Parts: sequence; structure tokens; C-alpha cells
Amino acid sequence: MIKTEKDLELKVKECSKNLSDKYSGKNGKISVLVCSGTGCLATGAKDLLETLQEEIKNHGLEGKVEASKVGCFGFCSQGPFVKIVPQNIVYRAVKVEDIKEIIEKTIVGGEILERLLYVDPVTKEKVSKLEDMAFYKKQVKVALYGCGVVNPEDINEALGNGAYQGLVKALKMDPQEVINEVLASGLRGRGGGGFPTGRKWQFAHDQVNDEKYVICNGDEGDPGAFMDEGILEGNPLGVIEGMTIAGYAIGAKQGYFYVRAEYPTAVARLKNAIAQAKEMGFLGKNILNTGFDFNIGIRLGAGAFVCGEETALLNSIEGKRGMPRPRPPFPAVKGLWQHPSIINNVETLACVPYILREGASKFNSLGTEKSKGTKVFALGGKVNNVGLVEVPMGITLRELIYDIGGGIPNGKKFKAIQTGGPSGGCLTEKDLDTPIDYDNLVAKGSMMGSGGAIVMDEDNCMVDVAKFYMDFICDESCGKCSPCRIGTKRMLEILNKITDGNGTMEDLDELEELAQVVKANSVCGLGQTSANPIVSTMKQFREEYIAHIVDKKCPAHVCKNLMEYKIVADKCKGCTLCARNCPVKAISGTVKMPHVIDQSKCIKCGLCLANCKFDAIIKE
Amino acid sequence: MAKLSASAVKQIKEIINRYRDERTPLMMILSDIQKEYGYIPLDVQELVSEETGIPVAEIYGVVTFYSFFSLNPKGKYVIGVCLGTACYVKGGQQIIDKFSELLGIKPGETTEDGLFTLSALRCIGACSIAPAVNINGKVYPKMTVDKVIKVVEEYRKLGGAN
Repeated sequence: MIKTEKDLELKVKECSKNLSDKYSGKNGKISVLVCSGTGCLATGAKDLLETLQEEIKNHGLEGKVEASKVGCFGFCSQGPFVKIVPQNIVYRAVKVEDIKEIIEKTIVGGEILERLLYVDPVTKEKVSKLEDMAFYKKQVKVALYGCGVVNPEDINEALGNGAYQGLVKALKMDPQEVINEVLASGLRGRGGGGFPTGRKWQFAHDQVNDEKYVICNGDEGDPGAFMDEGILEGNPLGVIEGMTIAGYAIGAKQGYFYVRAEYPTAVARLKNAIAQAKEMGFLGKNILNTGFDFNIGIRLGAGAFVCGEETALLNSIEGKRGMPRPRPPFPAVKGLWQHPSIINNVETLACVPYILREGASKFNSLGTEKSKGTKVFALGGKVNNVGLVEVPMGITLRELIYDIGGGIPNGKKFKAIQTGGPSGGCLTEKDLDTPIDYDNLVAKGSMMGSGGAIVMDEDNCMVDVAKFYMDFICDESCGKCSPCRIGTKRMLEILNKITDGNGTMEDLDELEELAQVVKANSVCGLGQTSANPIVSTMKQFREEYIAHIVDKKCPAHVCKNLMEYKIVADKCKGCTLCARNCPVKAISGTVKMPHVIDQSKCIKCGLCLANCKFDAIIKE
Repeated sequence: MAKLSASAVKQIKEIINRYRDERTPLMMILSDIQKEYGYIPLDVQELVSEETGIPVAEIYGVVTFYSFFSLNPKGKYVIGVCLGTACYVKGGQQIIDKFSELLGIKPGETTEDGLFTLSALRCIGACSIAPAVNINGKVYPKMTVDKVIKVVEEYRKLGGAN
């Protein structure tokens, strides 16, 4: 239990030494760090760690070699990652079968296993250090602080890496001074809205009320986004510290995390971190002997996207259906249980300790004029390097996709990048040199959103993408207000009509009109932004809509009713593989003679194309 | 109430008692019941109502609002196919269609033998291994239509055996 600042100083000194000794090898040990983010866990990181621990025993290396977890490295498509220090060697895509060799050759023998090294897709060179990989060169870790460095389940490592220095500083300041620092930093809400965080705090601070709440919105529902998941898994204490600072600033004694139940690892890390913080005295009564009391609870979502909307989230914590409340009153005035509350996104709170620790001026030296600091993106879809990246605001989309993301796989052509999820829009080739910030993305017809960045190539149909998002929103609409409930349904019906090949040009006008009505009249952000993917794709890819409607063709060959599988007679060797695999017996022909697909029977499952070894089957 | 067994009543009351000190604990109670009892039928809702004083109508409203809560028992193997954007652009729809075809059920349904429930998941944050499938907590990375066939066969072989 740390009761005074003096206690803390001693503790931090000890923890810093342990951590730096671990990395320098001064502790006389070799440490093997296994990435424990969801991406790597899904590809076997848990088994890797267990096997490592077993093999260390089998080789009699206990006390000399140690294996431990480390927060997400971010480079998920190359996982699972294993890092060996002090040698500073990083292996990628490690399998359980590789462990024995890693121990015998690398750890005991000092030899680098070339086949486990990352190969730069451009230079074709093998790279053994993270810092030499292009993926990391433009990244700056603020919200993801400590990810890939410390064990997210061990508060001692975090303390050795600067955790709680922000709170210590904050507690020496007056609450108003803390708010001023956050205001000066220029931090804006990372959940998508971009509202200045300091101003939100000021509203809640100015309310006279004995009972106030800080709520962390971890209901990251955007499909294809996993920034908050990565932060909660890799830097849980950072978010807890940020929440504690927020509590001190606005005068709250209680905070709640609202996390989606789809993130079991994040919830477990958070629970563990809260328990450790409590035990050390960073949560509870009279924190660091300053008289400040603060506690944190966790509430889980139950699979409703709309609960990411702040007032719906409040209703959900209150045990009600997650439907939004009319505003005003704003949550800062009447929030949880009708008391003043602030609701901040995970990433927003994760930036707060940095601002206090390093100072507002250091934070706002990063970024653009109106968007300060960094932004975490979940880079996914048709891009070589899928993963979690944190970059200074103002970096261009081209740098994000090509320098960090390594470009588009399989030599395909870039088509669009979707940002902002179901509330956002698509940006194309002509927007690639736009510096990323809140205002620029809105000006280009998309939005920052929470950080999902899905890259699409020539094989993606943009009408289908718009339909995907509308289907999502229609399903997730809570049903409270009719513009959203009925409007999204009608828009989805029209999109289905178009992709089925029954669309008319009037449908496009009707979509535009409906989009306006739903935007202007829905109660909450979910409805108000629901038509954005349609509006944006109609603007950028109108010719694709027209091809579906007028030519009855899907140019990307995605919409089943508007495409056919065909066998190119010249290429077909008559191997019969396709015919044997066809689930509906739509393919006929004699052995060693070109086969034919009966279009009236074909269900367009694509199995023939997947099985053909001669590239004789094409989509048209 | 007659339908619930004594052990079920005991189990549910024990869950409710965990949250006696919490303000507005309904979501926490229902989450635990869903996880531990497997589903939240009407007679369980009535018991929760009796114990907490929250009207059944309100509880029913909450149970049917959230997709994680289910009025019916789920299959032994719950197959969740991720249809988040990253999985969708990499063919998640074909994956769920194939499961649907092989199992003869639509997403959200359970097979008659009680073996499989098929569900469409929103992003599970495993975008780097898209398209991803989650079966009872185990994640299957980079799924293909062929792998779906194998996975279904595998679980059918396991069958009802424990």
C-alpha cells in the first residue's frame, strides 16, 4: 500500500530499475515477451507462452530465462510476435513447433532464426528489430503507451514505465488547473465527435452536486474497429489513471467502465488492473494522502451498438433498454442517475496521463492546428499490414495506407478507405494526400470516427459496402424514433433492390431525399449519421450505382444477381474438379473437354473458382 | 414459477444476491444468468422480478433489446461468424452462408438436435485474421468455405459427447 509520495518515489525507483534491468539483461536473465493482444491470442499466443514456460523448465533454464506477457505490438497480421531481450530480436508468426528451436538456437546458442524474421515487402530485407520495420517508423505511442513494452497484468512494470506520474502531478494541482491543462492540450474526444475534452470536464466541474460520475465509454461497436480493445488490453492502467484524474478534476468519487461483452480479454485485464491499483492505494479512500477518494466499477454491454451513444449508455448502466435520451439536459448536467457525469472514450482517457505527465505543450506540439496529439487507427481490410497504429494527427492517408500499411495485397488496385464506420464515409485516390484531422476528413465527406480505417480494393463493390453498413444500422436502430427506425429500413430496401438488379434511377433521388430526412430528424447520432455511407458512396462512386441500375452489372462482380461465373473454354483442361465440387451440379462436360456452367442452376457460391487450378473460371 | 426446478431457483437467487448492494443491477444480473444458466426464459424473468421488484414487462423489454440475451436455450456449440467490416470485405458473408446451408438454419437459430446455434457477430476485434469465426470461445482464423465444411464435420463428430 502506497500512502505517501515518498513511498511512491521509492516504489517507482525500484520498479524502474527492475524494468530497465529486464531490458538490458542486467538482471542476469533473458526475457521472452509474448504478445498478448486479441489478434495474437487468436493465432495461438496463449499456447506459445505455456509451451515456452514448459520448455524453459525442460531445458533447466529456470531462473536464467523468463517468459512473460506483453501488451499488443500492434502489428497483428504478422502475429503472434515474440520478442527476446536484451538481444532485442523479434520473431513473427511463431508457432508452438518453433519454441524448442528458439530456446536451443537463439537463447542458448545466440543464433538468429532467419525464417522467423519479418521480411520487408519493399526491400525484401529481413528485419530483426521492431524499430527498423516501416510499420513502426511513423508511429508515436501516447494512448498505446507501454503497449509492446510492459506486461499489462503487472502494475509494477507499468509503474517502472511512468504510470501514475500524471496523477501525482494532478493531485498537486487545483482541479481547475487540471482542467486548464487539458484545455491547453487541445485534446478532443476520440470516440468520433471530437468535442474538446477540457470543455466537457469544465461543464461537469461547474455543476454544484455532491454526486458526480466519470464514465469511460468502451462500447466500441464500429464493425472493423479495435482501437479501444487494444488500449484496454495493452494499457489498462493508463485508462484507469486518466479516469482517476478526470474524477479529481470534476469532483467525482466514482467512475464506471462500460465495456462491450465481446471483449473478454480487455475486461479481464481491466478487472486485474483495478484490483492491483486498489491494492497499491491508487484507488479507494484518501489516495496518496491527499484526501481524494475514487473508486471504479465495470459494467458490461450486452450486444447493442446504440449503447455507444452516451445517453443510451447511461440508460444501459441504469438497467434499462439502451435507448438515447433527448438532450438537453446534457449528461454533464443530468447524467447517470440524474447526476452530473462526463462520458469519455477509452482513447481520450488514455491520453490524459500523458498530458499531465509530459505537459500540455508537449501533447499539443503533435498534430495539426485544430487536432492535437495522436490518433489510434485500426487499419484493416485489403492492406498488407493489418494492425493497430498510433500516428500524430496530420499524417496523410497515403502514409497510413502505403508507408505504414505496406500497400494493397496481391497487386490489386486501391479503391477507397472507409473511415468512421457506419457513421463515416469513403475517401478515394484523390484524397490520399489529405492530412488526417477531424476537420479535413469532414470536409472531404467522411469523418475521423473512432479510428476504424478499412481499406478496399477493386474487388469491393461500393453499393454492397453501403448496403452492408445500412444493414448494420437498420439492425442496430433502437426503434425509439421513427426517422431512424423506418428510414433506415426503407433505405436498405432500396439498396437491396439496386443490388438485386431491379433498381431505377428514381431510386437514387429517393435515397438522397431519405438520407436528408433521416439526418435532420433522428434523435441521436446513430440515426443522424446513418445515411453517411450511402451519401458518400453515391457521391464518389455514382457510376457504380448507375452500372447496377442501367447496365444491370456489378463492376466488382460482388452482387450475385448481377454477375455470372463463366468457364473460359481455351483455359479449361476438363479436369472435372469444378463439376465434382459444384454443390448444385450446375457444371457439365466430358473429361479433358471444356466444361460449361448452367446459369439457371448456378447459385454463385464460388467454389468452382476457388478450386480451379488453371484460372479457367472468371467472374463477369 | 412451478416450471423452474429448485436448483434453478437457488442458482438464480444466488446470482441476484451478488448484486444486492448495486444501484440498478438489472444488466449485471441478466448477464450472469445468460452466462451461467444459458438463457433467460419468462419464468426466470418472473423470479428476477419477484426478487428485485422490477416489473416483468421492464425485464422482458431489456432481455429482448440486447442481442446477448436469449429467451431460448442455445445449442451446445455456438458458432459466431464475424461480420464486422474487415471480415465482411474479406468474405465473411460467404462463410456464414455456408454454415447456414450445412446446418439448415438461419443466423439466430438453433438446430433441432440442440447441437448448433448460428449467430452473426459484430466485430470481435480479430480483424488481422479476417474472416474470423468463434465457436464456444475458440477463434478460427482466416476461414474459407472449405474450412467451414471441415469444422462442421469436426463438431458433428464430437456430437453431444462431453
